[in-house]
Amino acid sequence: MSAPAMVGRREFIRTGAAMGGGLLVSLYAPLPGGSGSALAAEEKDFALNAFVRIGTDESVTVISAHSEMGQGIYTSLPMLLNEELEADWSRIRVEAAPVDKVYNHPVLGMQMTGGSTTSPAEWERYRKMGATARVMLSEAAAAKWGVEASTCRVENGVVIHAATNKRATYGSLANAAARLTPPVNVPLKNSKDFTLVGKPTRRLDTPSKTDGTAKFGLDVTVPGMLTAVVARPPVFGGRVAKLDAREALKVPGVRAVEQVPSGVAVIAERFWPAKLGREKLIIEWDLGPNAGLSTEKMLRDFRDTALKPGAIAKKTGDPEGALKTAAKTVTAEYDLPYLAHAMMEPLNCVVDLRRDSCEIWTGTQFETVDRRNAAQAAALPADSVLIHTTLLGGGFGRRANPNSDFVVEAVHVARAAQAPVKVVWTREDDLRGGWYRPMWHDRFVAGLDANGDPVAWTHTIVGQSILQGTLFESFGIKDGIDSASVEGAADLLYGMPNLQVDLHTPKIGVPVQWWRSVGHSHTGFSVEAFFDEVAHAGGKDPYELRRKLLAKQPRMKAVLELAAQKANWGSPLPPGVGRGIATHFSFDSYVAQVVEASVGKGGAVRVHRVVCAVDCGLVINPDTVRAQMEGGIIFGLTAALKTEITLKDGRVEQGNFDDYQMLRIFESPEIEVHIVPSGENPTGVGEPGVPPVAPALANAIFAATGKRVRRLPIRASDLA
Amino acid sequence: MPRGFRLQASNVGKNRHNVKVYNLIQAGNTFLVQGAGGQEMIRFLVNGKAVEVDVDPATPLLWVLRESLGMTGTKFGCGMALCGACTVHLDGKAMRSCVAPVSRVEGKRVTTIEGLSTNLTHPLQRAWMELDVPQCGYCQSGQIMSAAVLLAENPKPTDKDIDEAMGGNICRCGTYPRIRKAIHKAAELANAGRAK
Repeated sequence: MSAPAMVGRREFIRTGAAMGGGLLVSLYAPLPGGSGSALAAEEKDFALNAFVRIGTDESVTVISAHSEMGQGIYTSLPMLLNEELEADWSRIRVEAAPVDKVYNHPVLGMQMTGGSTTSPAEWERYRKMGATARVMLSEAAAAKWGVEASTCRVENGVVIHAATNKRATYGSLANAAARLTPPVNVPLKNSKDFTLVGKPTRRLDTPSKTDGTAKFGLDVTVPGMLTAVVARPPVFGGRVAKLDAREALKVPGVRAVEQVPSGVAVIAERFWPAKLGREKLIIEWDLGPNAGLSTEKMLRDFRDTALKPGAIAKKTGDPEGALKTAAKTVTAEYDLPYLAHAMMEPLNCVVDLRRDSCEIWTGTQFETVDRRNAAQAAALPADSVLIHTTLLGGGFGRRANPNSDFVVEAVHVARAAQAPVKVVWTREDDLRGGWYRPMWHDRFVAGLDANGDPVAWTHTIVGQSILQGTLFESFGIKDGIDSASVEGAADLLYGMPNLQVDLHTPKIGVPVQWWRSVGHSHTGFSVEAFFDEVAHAGGKDPYELRRKLLAKQPRMKAVLELAAQKANWGSPLPPGVGRGIATHFSFDSYVAQVVEASVGKGGAVRVHRVVCAVDCGLVINPDTVRAQMEGGIIFGLTAALKTEITLKDGRVEQGNFDDYQMLRIFESPEIEVHIVPSGENPTGVGEPGVPPVAPALANAIFAATGKRVRRLPIRASDLA
Repeated sequence: MPRGFRLQASNVGKNRHNVKVYNLIQAGNTFLVQGAGGQEMIRFLVNGKAVEVDVDPATPLLWVLRESLGMTGTKFGCGMALCGACTVHLDGKAMRSCVAPVSRVEGKRVTTIEGLSTNLTHPLQRAWMELDVPQCGYCQSGQIMSAAVLLAENPKPTDKDIDEAMGGNICRCGTYPRIRKAIHKAAELANAGRAK
């Protein structure tokens, strides 16, 4: 066994860093598990580059630089790599990357998963890594046989030299191949020659998610580990004024009660005593400046603010003049609430803090940021912090926190515990923990000409910035405009001769963050619901008006037409059922959806059917695209019909799935997904399915009842 | 000593969580525990194995499974029987283990996702894989355990039956359309298996 493959984790960290972010590290075998058995495996496992190892047992381990949170990336990335490697697909395994520059997002420059960017960003790199490894295996075989590598071909994990009838498996060549200098500029296949990419492919993680063996952050155990829960202030920004922990410490199994910056940690042998201990704490809180926050007051403030001009995000033509001369104007206001991500796996983090190291196990979307923030909290250099990324029981943006709140807190608790510790958030902790999708208010005025065609469109947006005060501020905020506040509005695809989008960014002490589809989660609704109002005000069919104004947007026009055709737009429906349509462009993908819905007595909404058409460029795994559209639609319907986070006296009023309800199976509509074939580069898939469904539903409700939905979630009382 | 268990003393072992694990000896339809002492111990069967745990009897079964027994396939989602992620079977019926004190299962048979089948052979697991149901996967143990009770009681469920049986299980990723299809598929697979 060669020395290079025996490089341990610590050495790898140095090796990786020494490579200066170069893509090829031929001398390492990353070991996120760090266990004894993994070390033993190393001797039989050879890294051809930082993204693939081949074992003498013919196993092929693809290293995923991105987190699996349900979006199927643990299958899509191996598909890309193996399209070029051409190993036996049944031998492919996947492993989470350790934190290292080599695994930085090729576009965003840090290790992270988000923004529906993984497939678009990794589309080339993973294929290149597969191609490079394949050439090295061929060269190793050619050298062994004394033939030219160019006369060898590969097939299903075997290098073949036809002239001499020689064959060698990848596993038998891995050791020799790993010692070769990686080639540069290996040509990649033309997409028409793909044999794996584009074919419906079973997910590699499904078996482990079907028998209970899949390991999420909450399932991690390390030797000597304690479990903690934290009592956090009832109001954002509050602090502990006085603590009486005497009764809590009497609970059998409670080891310690310690103050940490985020509150009071109850550290116990197991979860249940920790939770019981927390119930016995007597804490006087200094509530701080946010104790007066109230959603009702904010709603009023937002509406008043929207009547004043905001910072200009987009202006074309002369919207003011056009409104003055318009034959008719339409005005409408929309309100959207704060929303929690509510991943099924509540937040959690395991930390083993030593004098000179900090080892972290958690489901995160944000390795580079978490490492930096954890290092600061631990007062250690960043390269002393190791992060083991587990599977994520849902992410939706929450696990990419700019402050690494759930990681940093666990570092502080581990320091207080003087032992490895798992910090567990209960559902209530998770829902009341902040970092919500911001609350939004949108005010529109449109002007129509004598033919009923829109000639002016003004849109005023009021809501908090998610980038302000974060390390992304300089990247995402320009001239006072947070791009995430106006995305989907300022880049309106509809041809509109006179357009204005302006923005107010109030500062409010509620922590806000990206939430699946980010700004599009609100602009998708308000823009498309208002478009429907404009169409009806001008006496136009909302589908036909969209088609007309998308004349210069062929890809969006095509998905619109496909969705309408598959949904039989214009055909009769049963009495009481309405049909609504919406489009939305986000994460570089084009989506159109048609919803069929009815409203029962008392205002209860029933969604019968959703037809979705999507153009996300070249498709890697069609079944994953379908799954993400289905899931995005249900996620969007939950926001449309169910959820809101509200505050009263600074306190979040919701706490669990009884008052923050999710859509359930009996409310889940029939969903049809149609994918537009495309040869364009892949674009986002995880988020673009979310934005169009709420407006399509609102428009369907109008078609069914004549009532406009102007606030979410849709309330029965608004429709009764 | 709960009625109904019998254990072989030679198989008694103890893990690091102060849990004794036994191999079960079955005599006819009855199970008897032998040779275990201690007044505070709570004994029950998990996936056919008898276990004895020394915990506060009010501790929810979920945390005993996950922490004392190291069986992490059963998930924590809400702690209030609202989401179904913690669903297990108690004597063949679906139970939300996050609100069931472990004392309630004393002397009874608990089945968890780990015990549903060996090697993913349960018709539901086969159907789940064929239709690639899971996304993040966190809720799926609970979904499958709820569906298993449905199929055991109703070999050919309608959509309405599925809605009723599965209404207590939340999936935030929105896999409901596939769960529905997979339950129908599993029913087919199970019926085909019976027909052979």
